[in-house]
Formats: sequence, C-alpha cells, structure tokens
Amino acid sequence: MTPSHYVALAVILFVIGAVGVLVRRNAMVIFMCVELMLNAVNLAFVAFARQHGNLNGQVIAFFVMVVAAAEVVVGLAILMAIFRARRSASVDEANLLKY
Amino acid sequence: MTAGHLLAAGQAESTGASVTFWILAVISVAAGLGMILARRAVHCAVLLAVVMLSLAILYAVAGAPFLAFVQIIVYTGAVLMLFLFVLMIVGVASKDSLRETIAGQRLAAGLAAIAFLVLLSLVIGHAAIGPAAPAGIRYGVSNVRGLATLIFTRYVFPFEVTAALLITAALGAMVLAHRERTAPRPTQRELSRERIAGAHPTPLPGPGVYARHNAVDFPALLPDGSPSALSVSPIIAQRASESEEGLPAPPLPPGSAAALPPGNGEGDAERQSAGTASASTGPAGTEPGEARP
Repeated sequence: MTPSHYVALAVILFVIGAVGVLVRRNAMVIFMCVELMLNAVNLAFVAFARQHGNLNGQVIAFFVMVVAAAEVVVGLAILMAIFRARRSASVDEANLLKY
Repeated sequence: MTAGHLLAAGQAESTGASVTFWILAVISVAAGLGMILARRAVHCAVLLAVVMLSLAILYAVAGAPFLAFVQIIVYTGAVLMLFLFVLMIVGVASKDSLRETIAGQRLAAGLAAIAFLVLLSLVIGHAAIGPAAPAGIRYGVSNVRGLATLIFTRYVFPFEVTAALLITAALGAMVLAHRERTAPRPTQRELSRERIAGAHPTPLPGPGVYARHNAVDFPALLPDGSPSALSVSPIIAQRASESEEGLPAPPLPPGSAAALPPGNGEGDAERQSAGTASASTGPAGTEPGEARP
C-alpha cells in the first residue's frame, strides 16, 4: 500500500465531511462532520509520516486529536447553552445576530 | 530463515495490508456517506464510530500503533460518548427537518463538493507522493518511544501549550454549561401549595393497559374507554409520532403531546414518575418542582 492510497482515502473522507457541514441543519451532525474532516486530515498526516520515514506527522496527528477533543468539549457546551435558550439544535434557529 | 522466506513474509504482509486497506476504505467511505444521509443524529453518531474505528485499524496498518489506540480511546471512547450524552439531552426533542431552508443550497453544496474533490485530486495527483519508507523499528515496537522522544524534546513547547488549552477548554465547558439559579429555591411548603392549587393534585395516571400492554408508550384507558393523554410522557409521545411512516403507529390519541399544557410537560412527567414511585411528600416529592421553570 503506498501512501498515496491513504491520502486519496483522506481526501474522499474530507470532502464527505465538508458536504455534511454544508448540507445538514442539525448542529450535532455538523459537529460530527467536522470531526470526520479532522480524522481525514489525521489519516493524511499518518500517511505522510509513513512516506517520509519519520514520526513528525504522527506527533502532529496526536496534537490534532488533542485540539479536536478540546473543541468538541467547548462546542457541545455552547450547543447545550443554545439548546436551553432556543429549545432546538437546528442551526436555522440561532439567528439573533442575523442583520 | 532464508531470503526467500523473508521475501514471502514481506509479500504476505503487504498483501494483508492491501486487503485491510481496501476493505476498510470501502467501509469508512460508505459509513461517511451514510453519515451525511442519515436523518437521525444518533445514526450519524454510530456511523461516525464506524469511520473512526476503521481509521484506527488503518493507523495500525500504516505504522502508527500508538495513534491507533489513542484514536480508539480518545475519539471513539471519549469524544463520541460525549456526543451521545449531549444527543440524549438535546436530540430527543430535536428533529432534523428535511426542508431546504435556503433555496438551491443542496445543489450548490454538491457542486462545491465536486469542485473541491476535483481540486484536491489534481493537487494530490500532481504531488507525486513517493513510496513508503522501509518499515523500520520506529513503526513497530519502538513507536511509543520515538513519539515520546519527539514530544518531549522537539515538540515540548506545543505540548505545554496543549495543557493550557485543555484547562481552558474544561473551564469554558463548565462556564457554558452552568446555569445560574435566578429564582430562590422553592420550599416544600410552596411546592405543596402549588401542587394542591394546580390542576392535578394527585399523581398523573400511569401508562399502559394492563390487560393488553404495560409499555410506557401505551396510554392508559379512562373509565369511559377513551385513552388518557396525560398518562404518556410527552417526550415519548413526540418520539412515537416522529417514528417511521411505514410502521403502524401506536394507538396514541391524536395530539397527545399538545394536550398537555406547554412548558409544563417535563414537570408533569417527572411528577408522575416521582409520584408513583414514592409518597407525595418527602425528599423525592421536592424534585419535580425544581425541574419546573
């Protein structure tokens, strides 16, 4: 298996996640699609680490995982706060800042 | 062991890696497509778990065993379980509308996705990614040692910044999830007065017709034979009305969720469960009033 196969898979997964972010209206699902995109980038990092023969890419993927965990924690807390105020998890409902 | 044996072992290993890759690639892409097509958020979470577990196995195959375990523990274990917890809080009453709120958004998103895929494919195709480096010991038994050496020498400053980030994230989550009590806590006297003065001083009827069903989504029958909307929790009634159209709907009265006064539904449901489980007074009797806004 060459690293280009892994990178191709990462590209496909990233595009799927981007489509999900664009299409879905539920904020939870949008978060999950963002996680899918982060996972795809991690896969690309691991593949490039394998190609270059050192571990720097794996370290970066590890940091991406840490940042993703922190992002999910804060994002879900914001989502719960919005849900308490609006009783809805749809991104269409949170429109108070719309011009 | 001769060179032929080594070559055969290497061939077998690469064949195994190829088979694993192709199987997992198909599984993960299918699960990702299902994720953006599934209507319920819980199904999306389960499909995302499939993608993450597939990627964990791919990491292990691609020479990152430590990241494979971190992927399973952190992503599948912690992040996805957090997603499911919040889904249980938020997503029960939330339904994903299939209505397009912005005209032509899906078409535009599809076109943008195709353009993005073409762009990335061209970039990757022109990048001439070389073959993998020979499988050294750093991708096997000493993977953790090599990662630790890198993290604690070259990347020690990002590592420390990560600690600050995690503490900030934990504090931010606590601040955002905290709810300030605006009204003073009601006393037991006020709760009992409110209960006697309210519409239902007695506990609400329990669900289920014991001669036929005792399920919680089955409304109780009143003495005149009509189903009682008050006996089913409004959340369960809403879920039942959201269920698939092909399934025969449970014999709920139409508008059973709407029959309850709005804004009072959760308190009624909790009062029902607390009232049937314990006496009307006592420490358990104070809980439903707290849930009432």
